[in-house]
Amino acid sequence: MKLLVPVKRVIDYNVKVRVKSDQSGVDLANVKMSMNPFDEIAVEEAVRMKEAGTAQEIVVVSIGPEKAQDQIRQALAMGADRGLLVKTEAETEPLGVATLLKAIVEEEKPDLVIMGKQAIDDDCNQTGQMLAALLGWPQGTFASKIEKKDGEIHVTREIDGGLQTVSLKLPAVVTTDLRLNEPRYASLPNIMKAKKKPLDVKDPSDYGVDLKPRLEVLKVTEPPKREGGVKVETVAELVDKLKNEAGVL
Amino acid sequence: MAILVVADHHNEALSDATHKTVTAAQQIGGDIDILVAGKDCRPVAEAAAKIAGVRKVLYADDARYEHRLAEPLAALIVSLADDYDAILKAATTTGKNVMPRAAALLDVMQVSDIIAVEAPDTFVRPIYAGNALQTVKSTDKKKVVTVRATAFKAAEENGSASIEDVQPADDPGLSSFVKEELTKSERPELTAAKIVISGGRALGSYENFEKLIFPIADKLGAAVGASRAAVDAGYVPNDYQVGQTGKVVAPELYIAVGISGAIQHLAGMKDSKVIVAINKDEEAPIFQVADYGLVADLFKALPELNEALG
Repeated sequence: MKLLVPVKRVIDYNVKVRVKSDQSGVDLANVKMSMNPFDEIAVEEAVRMKEAGTAQEIVVVSIGPEKAQDQIRQALAMGADRGLLVKTEAETEPLGVATLLKAIVEEEKPDLVIMGKQAIDDDCNQTGQMLAALLGWPQGTFASKIEKKDGEIHVTREIDGGLQTVSLKLPAVVTTDLRLNEPRYASLPNIMKAKKKPLDVKDPSDYGVDLKPRLEVLKVTEPPKREGGVKVETVAELVDKLKNEAGVL
Repeated sequence: MAILVVADHHNEALSDATHKTVTAAQQIGGDIDILVAGKDCRPVAEAAAKIAGVRKVLYADDARYEHRLAEPLAALIVSLADDYDAILKAATTTGKNVMPRAAALLDVMQVSDIIAVEAPDTFVRPIYAGNALQTVKSTDKKKVVTVRATAFKAAEENGSASIEDVQPADDPGLSSFVKEELTKSERPELTAAKIVISGGRALGSYENFEKLIFPIADKLGAAVGASRAAVDAGYVPNDYQVGQTGKVVAPELYIAVGISGAIQHLAGMKDSKVIVAINKDEEAPIFQVADYGLVADLFKALPELNEALG
């Protein structure tokens, strides 16, 4: 199989985000950026499929700023074969990204697209489902296990209350959940090798896709802060307060 | 304005998340219909017909909807979409799976996981795991929206809407159901429970959950949750996880035991009405959001608490 893995450059998950004082968004200046953790799991899964002989080629694509090349190089160091950056400095939305990915899929013709279930910046959880819809392909979202069986793929999905397994005809789109795998760290020799792997840079206009947002962001604000309360000394005092002060027992 | 609310259910019972999504629909304003798609689930349609303020229930009974697969269900939603200005569904795993597919087929940019309705086209939604709130205005003609159920009150049940059969839509036949493994529990569902007691890595094992947490949960009629660390350590199954990458809960009372309070956990429970933290580390960040904090060894405090509850 040929695999396509889309990855997004986002604020590192360990960074505490700061809302800008003019409420226009979140401060991205001088903040550590990384590959979206769910996408890292997607890259890892693709590399494991290649190592197992289920897949032969892995193409990594990112839609984002010039610097998203860092994230593509990381994926190449993890074991992907080839990179593609579609460069845009503008904020993107899932529908626009899915439309652009559709054009890339039509060009690259992968058998399977594996991507994160959501990006940890906008938390939309949409792009994989939208891409599957636009391509008329099946979707296996929130995957905790992926297996190729009899020409189809079986995806075990994390759903409310447990797990659901579905079988998808190929080609298909799969989105990853946290427990699918633990991504590897790239070794230094592989990081060096990744620098020589091919990475194309293109423009959204090369695909004739309009990335104009449909949602207008009116403001971004801090959530209301929760104040810490009191410390109690004993379990008895706790139960008393819950019964008589908070009235929740 | 006409609004379609897509019901959440497992063929047997209607989920409370549907009632909460109806409240969000009422705040948008307009005629509200509910779509119940499933297999042999007329009792679910009848329950939906009782929700206050509902005009009619659309009932699609067919094997292709039995397991809530995204491809046929999205096709059904799209086949009904012409009659509606907005389509809403709770941001459950089914909602998250199906709605973006329907939205893309309708050429609409979905608004995910809203926590407030500011205007019929303007919504508030958390971003960055709830560390910022974004207010967005949709410029699409039709709105496709998923609703964070815990942010809305449940609509009451004093209605008597009519139930109308609808034809199934063409099944694209791309996927098939293999199996489902659901965790069986006598306790209430995490996202619907009035009281939640959660354990962290400090519990140390499943046996300690069983010995120390479960008896208290059963006395309180509470659901049991866990931090990601406890889930990753294998003490309890995945669907116990409260947090940004697990379940988002907002009960009347949330008791966090041996949980330090990582940002990702706080994102899943900080909207609870009353938060109790029991932790032996008095510097644990969980105390910054707790209404009542008890600095204590959980292995002593939990048996005491169990006893005190009688």
